[in-house]
Amino acid sequence: MLMFILRRILQIVPVIIGVTFVVFFIMQLVPGDPAVLLAGEGASKEAIEAVREQLGLNQPLYIQYFEYLMNVFKGDLGVSLKNSQPVLDEILVRLPITIELAFFSIIITVVLGMTAGIISAVKPYSLTDVSVMLVALLGISLPSFWLGLMLMYFFSVKLQILPVAGWDSLLHVILPAVTLGAGGAAIVARMTRSSMLEVIRQDYIRTARAKGLREHIIIYKHALRNALIPVITVVGLQFGALLGGTVLVESIFAINGLGRMIVDAIRTRDLPMVQGGVLFASLIFVVVNLFVDVFYRIFNKRIELN
Amino acid sequence: MNEKNKPILEVKGLKTHFTTKRGVSKAVDGIDFTLHKGETLGIVGESGCGKSMTSLSILRLIPSPPGKIAGGSVLFKGKDLVTMPEGEMREIRGNEISMIFQEPMTSLNPVIPVGEQIAEAIRLHQKLGKKAAWEKSVEMLRLVGIPSPEKRAKQEPFQLSGGMRQRVMIAMALACTPEVLIADEPTTALDVTIQSQILELIKDLQTKIGMGVIMITHDLGVVAETCDKVAVMYAGNIVEYASTEQIFANPKHPYTQGLLDSLPKINEDVDELKTIEGSIPSPYNMPSGCRFASRCPYKEEMCTSHKPELIEQNDGVKVRCWKYTDEWTGTIKKEEVV
Ligand SMILES: Nc1ncnc2c1ncn2[C@@H]1O[C@H](COP(=O)(O)OP(=O)(O)OP(=O)(O)O)[C@@H](O)[C@H]1O
Ligand SMILES: [Mg+2]
Repeated sequence: MLMFILRRILQIVPVIIGVTFVVFFIMQLVPGDPAVLLAGEGASKEAIEAVREQLGLNQPLYIQYFEYLMNVFKGDLGVSLKNSQPVLDEILVRLPITIELAFFSIIITVVLGMTAGIISAVKPYSLTDVSVMLVALLGISLPSFWLGLMLMYFFSVKLQILPVAGWDSLLHVILPAVTLGAGGAAIVARMTRSSMLEVIRQDYIRTARAKGLREHIIIYKHALRNALIPVITVVGLQFGALLGGTVLVESIFAINGLGRMIVDAIRTRDLPMVQGGVLFASLIFVVVNLFVDVFYRIFNKRIELN
Repeated sequence: MNEKNKPILEVKGLKTHFTTKRGVSKAVDGIDFTLHKGETLGIVGESGCGKSMTSLSILRLIPSPPGKIAGGSVLFKGKDLVTMPEGEMREIRGNEISMIFQEPMTSLNPVIPVGEQIAEAIRLHQKLGKKAAWEKSVEMLRLVGIPSPEKRAKQEPFQLSGGMRQRVMIAMALACTPEVLIADEPTTALDVTIQSQILELIKDLQTKIGMGVIMITHDLGVVAETCDKVAVMYAGNIVEYASTEQIFANPKHPYTQGLLDSLPKINEDVDELKTIEGSIPSPYNMPSGCRFASRCPYKEEMCTSHKPELIEQNDGVKVRCWKYTDEWTGTIKKEEVV
């Protein structure tokens, strides 16, 4: 087990290097010259050249990349081309906000999704089941920007019980977290349901019945634990989709998080900021996946060997 | 002796049908038998004849849908289990009637320690506390011959071999000292020494608490060793129902005769074991006459057109075969009844 975790951690290193590589070179392919941008619209050729010199932008690409990589390992992600702040500082200010948003969203995904899935599976093909699954289907098909705007319209504009935007109190978290978590919750609900229905057919559930156990004990003690094993993987994968979603949701709700920072940086061609942001987003993704993998393996060992 | 003659379980006209896309499968199609206190009834018959479905029907554990008890009654101490409310049925399951399942590898919950899987039934039915139930659970594991039961009780099924899991199942079934034990192929996964140990253990409990046992098995050796009576099943029906001595000494139904002929005999030197030609009819499409007719060496016209009833002979043996009736028109004369 320890070997497995160690191996998985070591595997992260090439993944991160790969990410820096991809980000670095993709940014090179995008049209537009950051030096021009930085020096200002009407800057003279000499001024632009000076900026280029200063930032090392006139070096061959592989040298630029190599230096960047070295700096990354030293913890130096460069400075923002826009406001000359260290990229790392900019990220560290916003990271907690995004993590908080992601955390509450995943909670919504898990709690809402699993509860709905269980309710459905307990009485399959009943009216409850059909309605819950219909809502879940909607949840998967609705684009989150639309859902976000609708929620904002109803709860903030019409009912005025929740704040429109910003990130000051826990109340501010609700709408963005629901918007971000809804799609995942729908997927988790469907997965939980099908997994439960599969497990309920198993021989060991029959054994539990043969003992004279009550139905709710059979469901919660005997079926659920087994049914959730595949759901954990789905939650892990959902987390990736969720990180992507932060970009959109942070923009809609005007939250100053990592996602919005990356979008802004892309718009202004703030290369170091984009690189740093994507690097951190990938890092979060990889670390979460590591946890999911380890968690899954602990559970799955019993199943595999069975 | 008087005690022993009290019927504890009476199955009458039990029918269990499965409704699927292919049609209705009459897996159990009118079964009658009686189990007395302290008695062991063997149910034998080839794969798919409905042995497991019969026993699952008794505890109302048929997968439903598609399965359904389509008729008949199961009287346990005079009460009909088929129509009993679910709450009452739960009190009986695992407590007064227990079952050992045929599938030891998949019948234990993979994520719950085996000791707990036994203890939860003890807590439920014997109203014991957590600690006492756990100790009893460990004790049961020791009883079925699991070495270092304290350690094993804490393990999950994947850490146990197939034979050990089967013994866990047996421990679970016996934990609440049931009045009726249904054992579906309880010893097939075990090696011979363990097998006889387990059979011995079941016998022991039987004499101690007067438990009635339904022993489902392919193994006629196990039948000879443990059963008082035998019901031979074929395609959802009982075709012969007699005491073990009678079955072995004088099998009446051609199918029973075929089963016994397929046994290896010690005193005969044969190169090849006899087998019964042909196969069991599809439960979706049962022949209207005798279900064994297509494989029967004595088949006559009446056999394929009319279904024989299970009729009691002078010696008390019940057999479902035209050969033992007055209507028999076959060239081979009506069998002498001893
Ligand atoms: N889920 C199901 N759907 C449809 N038919 C079923 C189902 N389960 C069982 N049956 C039918 O019930 C019949 C009897 O099955 P059963 O398991 O009782 O046989 P068995 O005598 O126990 O055989 P074995 O010796 O292999 O255990 C089968 O032939 C099959 O047609
Ligand atoms: Mg069976």
